Amino acid sequence: MNHQQHDWTIEPQSSLFDLKLKDTWAYRDLLWLLVRRDFVSFYKQTILGPLWFFIQPLLTTIIFTFVFGNLAGISTDGLPRPLFYMAGITAWNYFADCLTKTSTVFKDNANIFGKVYFPRLIMPLSIVVSNLVRFGVQFLLFLMVMAYYYFIGAKFSITWAIALFPAIITLMALLGLGLGMIISALTTKYRDLAFLVTFGVQLLMYATTVIYPLSTAKSNYPDYAWLIEYNPMTPLIETFRYGFLGQGTFSWFYFGYTAIITLVVLFSGIIIFNKVEKNFVDTV
Amino acid sequence: MQNIAIKVENLSKAYQLGEIGTGTISKDLARWYARIQGKEDPFLRIGETHERANKRNLDVVWSLKDISFEIEKGDTVGIIGRNGAGKSTLLKVLSRVTSPTTGRITGKGRIASLLEVGTGFHPELTGRENIYLNGSILGMRKKEIARKFDEIVDFAGVERYIDTPVKRYSSGMYVRLAFAVAAHLESEILFVDEVLAVGDAEFQRKCLGKMNEVSKSEGKTILFVSHSMDSIHSLCRKSILLKHGQMHCFDASEKVIPLYLSDNEVMPKKSGTGEINVSSLTLRDKNGNNLDFLNAYQEVYLSLNVHCKVPVKDVSFALCFNNIHKLRVCSLWTNFTDKTYNLEPGDYTLIYKIPTLNLIPGSYELVTYIESKSRVIERIDDFKEITVGLNQDSPKRITEPISTTGVYWQNFTAELHRNNA
Repeated sequence: MNHQQHDWTIEPQSSLFDLKLKDTWAYRDLLWLLVRRDFVSFYKQTILGPLWFFIQPLLTTIIFTFVFGNLAGISTDGLPRPLFYMAGITAWNYFADCLTKTSTVFKDNANIFGKVYFPRLIMPLSIVVSNLVRFGVQFLLFLMVMAYYYFIGAKFSITWAIALFPAIITLMALLGLGLGMIISALTTKYRDLAFLVTFGVQLLMYATTVIYPLSTAKSNYPDYAWLIEYNPMTPLIETFRYGFLGQGTFSWFYFGYTAIITLVVLFSGIIIFNKVEKNFVDTV
Repeated sequence: MQNIAIKVENLSKAYQLGEIGTGTISKDLARWYARIQGKEDPFLRIGETHERANKRNLDVVWSLKDISFEIEKGDTVGIIGRNGAGKSTLLKVLSRVTSPTTGRITGKGRIASLLEVGTGFHPELTGRENIYLNGSILGMRKKEIARKFDEIVDFAGVERYIDTPVKRYSSGMYVRLAFAVAAHLESEILFVDEVLAVGDAEFQRKCLGKMNEVSKSEGKTILFVSHSMDSIHSLCRKSILLKHGQMHCFDASEKVIPLYLSDNEVMPKKSGTGEINVSSLTLRDKNGNNLDFLNAYQEVYLSLNVHCKVPVKDVSFALCFNNIHKLRVCSLWTNFTDKTYNLEPGDYTLIYKIPTLNLIPGSYELVTYIESKSRVIERIDDFKEITVGLNQDSPKRITEPISTTGVYWQNFTAELHRNNA
């Protein structure tokens, strides 16, 4: 046996670009067990169980339909209002959940992180996957509402862009994950950022085409619509709507732009996260 | 050099005292704004001087400083030291929970660390689900857990409740299950912090037995932090003594434990009229060699050195053993041998001969007692702490305890010798 061969080394500094992905892969079983834990514990503690997953988007859709649709009269590009809002809400909720939940990952898991080592990246990843379960349930609801409107003969059509659905979901998850990790790293130093997140996500929703179509924004505010267009979430919501309902603005340029932004955010997120992870136990 | 499992080189860990930054952006911004205006920092603590050099020195505390050691594969090493000596920090750094400030650690083999019992247990999940979750948090693959599952359940003794949520478990069951998961990890290196303290004596014995077993049969390297010198002595061949974050010594446990204990000594409580004083106690085996601690079931000699100031008649001596629960387990009172002594001023040595020491391995507090005609001359309640161990080489090793309550009669003879000045 060669005594120079060591399995592991612990040093104060590691390479900034060591993303520890191999390490994380070795713990993939933990990822699934954490997802299972989240689901089972949520399910066990409530009377209605997964029904809660339905209630939230349903009520939001009803309220949006009345407030933004009927009261404010904002255009929905000719789509049935509930369908239009539900498409936006379902997609937006997934992104928002990924972002808010990963942004508190250090705070929520301080106890366990302080006592045992495993690749910390597993935690935010498990959050994103857990939320996927929730998204799946809400997406099912959306499909049911779609089916209802199809039978009553509402005017909408599925387009080829529906094939981009997996890409949309992946990009939303990764964007939420990346932003969430950056914020979670910052909140270990600045606790007040946590308040900003809840509030910021709400504001960001209004800067994304959740309750209005991009076309309306462009025609009403031609000078400022670029703000909304360059919001990386807008192309995702628009493509989602275009794919499933046939209305919305799709452009390869903006879609590619979102993909690049997402990758940049994700990698900076992982790097910052890994950097903070090493010593956060001492400061939290 | 061939079989080094862990190699630690110049390891140091610094902690910053006080708050790091102010904790909120708004305050940090206010501080920054004050600084560019040339004003005083509004969040500086009162009475704190703003001297940078001074501040730097005061606010950093070295929890570990220049620690270097090598641990061979299959060795069991105890880490001892007072509270705050850096024991837990060392384990935290070794198990990668936090990173070192300087230095380097290299090692061979998978690490399992048990810094706390039941980390990651979820109360809503059943015992079965928690075994899988906890096992994978500790780094096991799912199929490894499945393979060890029956063993874990068996060790914890929770077969009947395996599909019950752990929130309904008694705390004992909870701890047993958690330890069982960690103990059955397939790893080459195991770090255990003071976690056994939560279980009862029976469970502690079982855990120590299990650790002993895995180190011997599977060749696992074990690092074990404990305040219990019994546990350290029975499990660890070598020990590291930490003192204020520095490594005081790293040697065979037999040598390190007395060093730690003697360092820990507090001023004993004395009472009595004080004509005669006990000065020291020495422990010897039958060959006359000095001992640092006693071995159970063996012949031992205890010599009590006393100094007499004025002549006293009808003196009797007692040497009593209290267990860790302060319960008197046996007394060696010279009155039992129907003998009293008349002492003249001078130095004496009272030699107790104990043919077979019937003390259960553990740590004991010695009480010395000198009286004359029911008058207390000197009584020292915590004269010395001694450890009774089991001699591993002893062929006549008895594994069953002599008495379950621990209170018993000890055969002995005593002789008083006058020392020539």
